[in-house]
Amino acid sequence: MNLEYLGLNSVNGPLIVVDGIEGASFDEMVDIYMEGGKKRIGRVVELQGNRAVVQVFEGTTGLSLANTRTRFAGKPMELAVSQEMLGRVFDGAGRPKDGLGPIRADEYRNVNGMPINPVSRVYPKNFIQTGISTIDGLTSLIRGQKLPIFSGSGMCHDQLAVQIVQQANISGDEADNFCIVFAAMGVKNDVADYFKRSFEESGVLERVVMFLNLSNDPIIERIITPRCALTAAEYLAYTHNMHVLVVMTDMTSYAEACREFSSSKGEIPGRKGFPGYMYSDLAELYERAGCINTSSGSVTQIPILTMPNDDITHPIPDLTGYITEGQITLDRELEQLGIYPPVAVLPSLSRLMKDGIGKGYTREDHQAVANQLFACYAKVQDARSLASVIGEEELTDIDKLYLKFGKEFEGRFVTQGREENRSIEQTLELGWDLLGMFPKEELDRMDPKMVEKYYRKTSFE
Amino acid sequence: MTQVNNNIVIEGINGPVVTVKNCDILHMQEMVYVGNEKLIGEVIGIRPDLTIIQVYEVTTGLKIGEPVIPTGHPMAATLGPGILTNIYDGIERPLKIFEDTSGAFIQRGLNIGALDEEKLWDVTIKVKVGDYVKGGDIYATCPETTLIEHRCLVAPYQSGEVIEVKPDGKYKVNDVVVVIKNIRGEREELTLCQVWPIRDPRPFTERKPIDTPLVTGQRIVDALFPIAKGGASAIPGPFGSGKTVMQHQLAKWCDADIIVYIGCGERGNEMTQVLQEFAELIDPKSGRPLMDRTVLIANTSNMPVSAREASIYTGITLAEYYRDMGYHVAIMADSTSRWAEALRELSGRLEEMPAEEGFPAYLPSRLSQFYERSGYTIGLNGREGSVSIIGAVSPAGGDFSEPVTQNTKRFIRCFWALDKDLAYARHYPAINWLNSYSEYIVDLEKWYTEHVGPKFNQFRKETSVILQEENNLMEIVKLIGSDVLPDDQKLILEIARLIRVGFLQQNSFHEVDTYVPLEKQSKMLEVILHLYKRGKEIVSKGVPMSVVRKCPVFDKIVNIKYDVSNSDFSIIDQYIKDIDVYADNIIEEYNN
Repeated sequence: MNLEYLGLNSVNGPLIVVDGIEGASFDEMVDIYMEGGKKRIGRVVELQGNRAVVQVFEGTTGLSLANTRTRFAGKPMELAVSQEMLGRVFDGAGRPKDGLGPIRADEYRNVNGMPINPVSRVYPKNFIQTGISTIDGLTSLIRGQKLPIFSGSGMCHDQLAVQIVQQANISGDEADNFCIVFAAMGVKNDVADYFKRSFEESGVLERVVMFLNLSNDPIIERIITPRCALTAAEYLAYTHNMHVLVVMTDMTSYAEACREFSSSKGEIPGRKGFPGYMYSDLAELYERAGCINTSSGSVTQIPILTMPNDDITHPIPDLTGYITEGQITLDRELEQLGIYPPVAVLPSLSRLMKDGIGKGYTREDHQAVANQLFACYAKVQDARSLASVIGEEELTDIDKLYLKFGKEFEGRFVTQGREENRSIEQTLELGWDLLGMFPKEELDRMDPKMVEKYYRKTSFE
Repeated sequence: MTQVNNNIVIEGINGPVVTVKNCDILHMQEMVYVGNEKLIGEVIGIRPDLTIIQVYEVTTGLKIGEPVIPTGHPMAATLGPGILTNIYDGIERPLKIFEDTSGAFIQRGLNIGALDEEKLWDVTIKVKVGDYVKGGDIYATCPETTLIEHRCLVAPYQSGEVIEVKPDGKYKVNDVVVVIKNIRGEREELTLCQVWPIRDPRPFTERKPIDTPLVTGQRIVDALFPIAKGGASAIPGPFGSGKTVMQHQLAKWCDADIIVYIGCGERGNEMTQVLQEFAELIDPKSGRPLMDRTVLIANTSNMPVSAREASIYTGITLAEYYRDMGYHVAIMADSTSRWAEALRELSGRLEEMPAEEGFPAYLPSRLSQFYERSGYTIGLNGREGSVSIIGAVSPAGGDFSEPVTQNTKRFIRCFWALDKDLAYARHYPAINWLNSYSEYIVDLEKWYTEHVGPKFNQFRKETSVILQEENNLMEIVKLIGSDVLPDDQKLILEIARLIRVGFLQQNSFHEVDTYVPLEKQSKMLEVILHLYKRGKEIVSKGVPMSVVRKCPVFDKIVNIKYDVSNSDFSIIDQYIKDIDVYADNIIEEYNN
């Protein structure tokens, strides 16, 4: 069956059309040999009679109609996986690029994966302490969750991701069982280096699998980079019972690669030119996070995406937000005020938080403190907008108190050092310190019993 | 015939869409098996030389030239005992059985019947030889769960004289229990189950006017924007505004007999959560697990997109079947936007001319066909039942002007608009009281008067007025601050705050607050409005608002939701008395 075909019908962007094919199957891999014997790989994306449309990962530059040979592999894209992958660096299509030669494959896995049966999922409940107050206290990360960081160009999402990785790693009794899969899609070389260096410094490099499709690498390859990474992650988590944290950056570049591919295929575009199936496509990636009942491992995802023009309603953050279980939103204004991490508290959310915190997980007052801090901080915004109109002097006493609270909240709770690792108790106590600025009656989002037990009057003079 | 069948082979493959050339024996909407793996598909278009099939599974590895096998019948749901407590994918395949056969990941080409064919049901036969039965008549019953009696119905369009019956006893779903002779003198065997094409609404005798609310125990819904049994409502909201929690709350607490929960293109973990929570939660009325009245359809976002399109129809067909038995059924569809996107995706693959934002031009008609399958009906057997639809809508970018939200609005009569700002302030449920509406209020007024109290409708109106006035006043406050307002307007702001914080906000994770009976809702409104009435009286005497605000009941009202149990409201009556005492004292003081 492994016939080789000579010649192409046409070349269009990243796509080539091959005629006279027999017995090709949908989604199978194609080896493409250029003049001079250089090899590229591609994938069948459409079949019509004896004509096949093939997507070339490395791009079609240099291909000619007459002298290009194609060989159909007869199987979909597969990734060689084994525990040897830990500590290795691969390119965007899963080929080793650290010069250490190919890995000894334990098995080959279809990179597209298969959907997890909802019945077989285990509802994630295991709180991960990241040591960052805004995340632990207000948008808790849970093992098996997919919690993206919504950022903008030039903001410090990379540092935040590194801090999460380092601190989430240290705590917990299963630290040995922890590994990181890092997928870079269209990021700059120095960003990839930064991650690599940071992993090295914190001594976790031998626990990291890196898939790098950098900004000067072929664009279409980006479409399979996260799939390779997640296949590796699933293998480590579900076959070897490891806790895998997958950091994927930058999802916006990934989506743009999809758009480029879609438009060259002549598909009808949806919003902002992104293909109509963008949601399903992203879901195929994000839904690969989770815990299943046949393994004690887990796949936790932290996708990072830069919102074009800081617009949260742009299709990529928007679709992502509908699939992921919450989001951590970074705010440029806070960043400019020198606040690190610049987490915009109000639009950030963790959907799995409510079941993974409280008695038995963190502390019984966790949810109450979080709700109350959110509510108070929301009122701070009202007070601030009022103050900007009528001036601070004219505000009522309670509104002035809110202004003050806002300042202290941002200065003490949100702000923390890049190395500072706060325990959840410290975070909650800090929360009570701040809430103590208010009289008891203002704390209307919590059970009065909690107020009785933990409330203490404070002031920051 | 067989010779022709062998000739149906795959000609083209594009994602989930497969085409077949020169074939004239396939019917529109017929179910087919595609390829050597027998993937389930459905015929969705027939052109002179080309037949188009959508495949409900991933088409990776499918080859040109593989066979397509017709089944001769449309995509249908199997209806019979064993549906409840089950969890299905979008085309009614049991996911629990999948787990046993293929492990934690869903394989392809698993064609497993929807119902457990080995389980024995305790059947009571309801007809005898010589009876004449027609469509909708009950010929057998069995306890399906501890809560629900399953009633086996003669299929619509089927009728005849009973010529054989089995005695009462234990039977499997495919055992013949009754045989009838139809009008043409042919034998027809009735088992415990039947099939029904998912895209056809099941027939009924007539629609009844809507007059009963679907009581949900959620204050903002029951008191301000009620939904009727047999009604249709939409919950639109941007991500993170609490659509899913809202759907879960309604599924848990609404007073329907059966819940069909469709997870259509949503998160896998959410379905797991429903599965686990509902099995643990106990229905307050019956003391049984909520799962006993629930069926889940889970076609998560990473499962095949065409099955997502079908999941909505599968869900509503199951709902109609139970409606015909005489039950009140509520459907939670989370989310209809994902279903619309599935339509868009398939339409794009078919290279149809797109209308707004790439959605196909038939989006509105498909939406209306779906929502019109709700209703309060009298079935063929004369039993009353209802199907209420609660559809979540996930508008792109939270913008309600997008096509799915706009078109949905035309076919529903109850609209709960979720609001990002409220969600950011952790005001849950984040239903915006200014943008939401319910057209059912008028239809339901009579019921509320009879069952809750004569004043309840009045309370609702007054509450809405106060909230509306607050909104107008807030415009001013934003410009000049609240200090300069006259005292009567300050009072409105204070009372509106009480309504928002003490009444509209509801904590779905608090034991007492998660479900609130109508009586308590009525009492809560009563005490707030009473405070308003007396407050107005005091202020009109020239007493400053700061004095009114000192009334101790103000702070107590906010905590009624936690402090007062759901059965004993004597504390609220005490609060009303306290208000009167306080008010009388002040008025007396100022008169002197």
